[in-house]
Amino acid sequence: MSAILQGAGAGAAAALSPFNSIDSNKLVAHSRSSLSVRSKRYIVAGSDEGTNKSFGSSSLIARRSQPLMIPNAVAATKADTASSSTPSKSGHELLLFEALQEGLEEEMDRDPHVCVMGEDVGHYGGSYKVTKGLADKFGDLRVLDTPICENAFTGMGIGAAMTGLRPVIEGMNMGFLLLAFNQISNNCGMLHYTSGGQFTIPVVIRGPGGVGRQLGAEHSQRLESYFQSIPGIQMVACSTPYNAKGLMKAAIRSENPVILFEHVLLYNLKESIPDEEYICNLEEAEMVRPGEHITILTYSRMRYHAMQAAKTLVNKGYDPEVIDIRSLKPFDLHTIGNSVKKTHRVLIVEECMRTGGIGASLTAAINENFHDYLDAPVMCLSSQDVPTPYAGTLEEWTVVQPAQIVTAVEQLCQ
Amino acid sequence: MALSRLSSRSNGIARPFSAAFNRFISTDTTPITIETSLPFTAHLCDPPSRSVESSSQELLDFFRTMALMRRMEIAADSLYKAKLIRGFCHLYDGQEAVAIGMEAAITKKDAIITAYRDHCIFLGRGGSLHEVFSELMGRQAGCSKGKGGSMHFYKKDSSFYGGHGIVGAQVPLGCGVAFAQKYNKEEAVTFALYGDGAANQGQLFEALNISALWDLPAILVCENNHYGMGTAEWRAAKSPSYYKRGDYVPGLKVDGMDAFAVKQACKFAKDHALEKGPIILEMDTYRYHGHSMSDPGSTYRTRDEISGVRQERDPIERIKKLVLSHDLATEKELKDMEKEIRKEVDDAIAKAKDCPMPEPSELFTNVYVKGFGTESFGPDRKEVKAALP
Repeated sequence: MSAILQGAGAGAAAALSPFNSIDSNKLVAHSRSSLSVRSKRYIVAGSDEGTNKSFGSSSLIARRSQPLMIPNAVAATKADTASSSTPSKSGHELLLFEALQEGLEEEMDRDPHVCVMGEDVGHYGGSYKVTKGLADKFGDLRVLDTPICENAFTGMGIGAAMTGLRPVIEGMNMGFLLLAFNQISNNCGMLHYTSGGQFTIPVVIRGPGGVGRQLGAEHSQRLESYFQSIPGIQMVACSTPYNAKGLMKAAIRSENPVILFEHVLLYNLKESIPDEEYICNLEEAEMVRPGEHITILTYSRMRYHAMQAAKTLVNKGYDPEVIDIRSLKPFDLHTIGNSVKKTHRVLIVEECMRTGGIGASLTAAINENFHDYLDAPVMCLSSQDVPTPYAGTLEEWTVVQPAQIVTAVEQLCQ
Repeated sequence: MALSRLSSRSNGIARPFSAAFNRFISTDTTPITIETSLPFTAHLCDPPSRSVESSSQELLDFFRTMALMRRMEIAADSLYKAKLIRGFCHLYDGQEAVAIGMEAAITKKDAIITAYRDHCIFLGRGGSLHEVFSELMGRQAGCSKGKGGSMHFYKKDSSFYGGHGIVGAQVPLGCGVAFAQKYNKEEAVTFALYGDGAANQGQLFEALNISALWDLPAILVCENNHYGMGTAEWRAAKSPSYYKRGDYVPGLKVDGMDAFAVKQACKFAKDHALEKGPIILEMDTYRYHGHSMSDPGSTYRTRDEISGVRQERDPIERIKKLVLSHDLATEKELKDMEKEIRKEVDDAIAKAKDCPMPEPSELFTNVYVKGFGTESFGPDRKEVKAALP
């Protein structure tokens, strides 16, 4: 893990411990270890109808103190003590899609084998602007506009990876990658195994998924549950500009095929991220808010719903611990386990469907491994098992809202 | 017109033993010109000439390797019936000319990717009999450590990319390899092989569109053995002219039972692909066995048809006739060669049978790349059945 800045793969150390997470940013931690930094996170809201949306109105939501550098903010204090705010040149502010672009650009600069392929990623700049400007900088052979044929270009990316290239394959919407399921499952996930280790497939498959703003059923799919059984792949979900950039870089450097799940509604999140190069650990979960009473496990957009609910819960006297699991395959059972051993209650908040979702797997994993530490059954809040309807009010009811999280916590903590 | 060499018999030299005889001939690279059996049919391009340059060494090589391939497949048949090979086993006998002709036209830097009928192509790419039989029987010494099976032979150092079970999925992979070759500016091409059944897959046309758009050095080779498993091609395809299916991409139809026609076509295709982009080759070939070992192969075609093709178009017989007519060997010498081959195959099988099965810990290796550090035993990281390397 300490080899990150030497450009080795972002592999995890065999034993994860909080100490290791600090190791991962050793260089940065050196200069900043004494600072406890409060980062203000500005969430730019879309035009909401005001009901229980994750971003609320356009007010600033100050995050619990979270040091910029350390993904597992184990050392973070709960209450915000007034600390010297960082000088403005310590980082730069950007939106999540810009963070992804920065990560991608840095990796493309660093390694000439990295290329991007997808629909409208080149001249158009990417349908979510993640690849904006890259075609001008790197040329048409490295930022490839493909025709609309997910099956074929995913297969081509995998074939190119077999020879040593490192393609980043973009699905314009995660749901479109269902057309490439065969390539992802059989060729991407399994070729390393069936060839007896001869071929590695260092691809990154990324794209936005999740329930957006009335995009309709087919464009609001959550594929993490569909892909989770495929052996040989890794899945990560980013949720903040900081971890988006870090995970993108780690995914590109990884020798394994990684599926990076982004969320349509999170692209415009603004945050200040470090100027220095950093990578997030692919298999590690992120401690968003340490607490004592209950562990809330979440990922992607639901993190913000959970944090919204956490505000309400704090006012009601509860102390929830919110963990963004980030790594959907494999689960970071180390961090999760430590949390369960502390709080003894678990609530999983996810955007996946109830049936066969990530939460279902996680519930099983926690029950199997930490049963003795639980004071109450693991509760899982997921989206309804329905296609996402178009009507705004109906769409709202398909996903978990903060009020439901508050109710669930109150129920579990009785 | 076939030039006939001066027969060494007329020099009155007594024929030495076959081994020494081979050595004598193998230094001889006097060119021989051979006519292909049929002219090429072309689509959107000028067909290459029917005269193929060869040499006596190459002729004998062809014979030997094809006989080896044939013997290997027949042996695999018996092994399957003896239940030493399980699952799916797709045999290539009858189609050897495609594998051998292609190898003769290209280098090990050019890539080949094919579907599940891959034993002979693997052999042609430099794989050993021991690796083949070990992999078929699931032993450690197999080319994929016993974890792939019949449909997953790979040889990275000879640019052989497999070995794929899902029909048609290898073609986009092959175009991806071609893309990488263009990206890295290697002067090499990729041959993506598929069958007449797979020719109806949509992803082929998707991949072909991209290859033509981006000028990739990809050559799509349709091994048309006229049957997609149990369905004859006229029942599956509205247009059986697979070489024309590229529409805007040039194509060539080749007699796939004639190794020299295949060689000429592949050479032509390689030159074309390096300059002008993708091209489709259709190899008109035939398989004697059924689709796989679970298919008798006689429910959808007549035995007369099979034996008819065997008599008239068998690729090894053709080479044999050429060898004999050019006086490169006598009948007896060829028979001795075949006996040697039979013994070689039997030895390889015996050696493979002695090879151990994979260790139980091999179940968990190569799921993720080594050095990744995570124990991958499912999403829940249990304390373990096996710790990953």
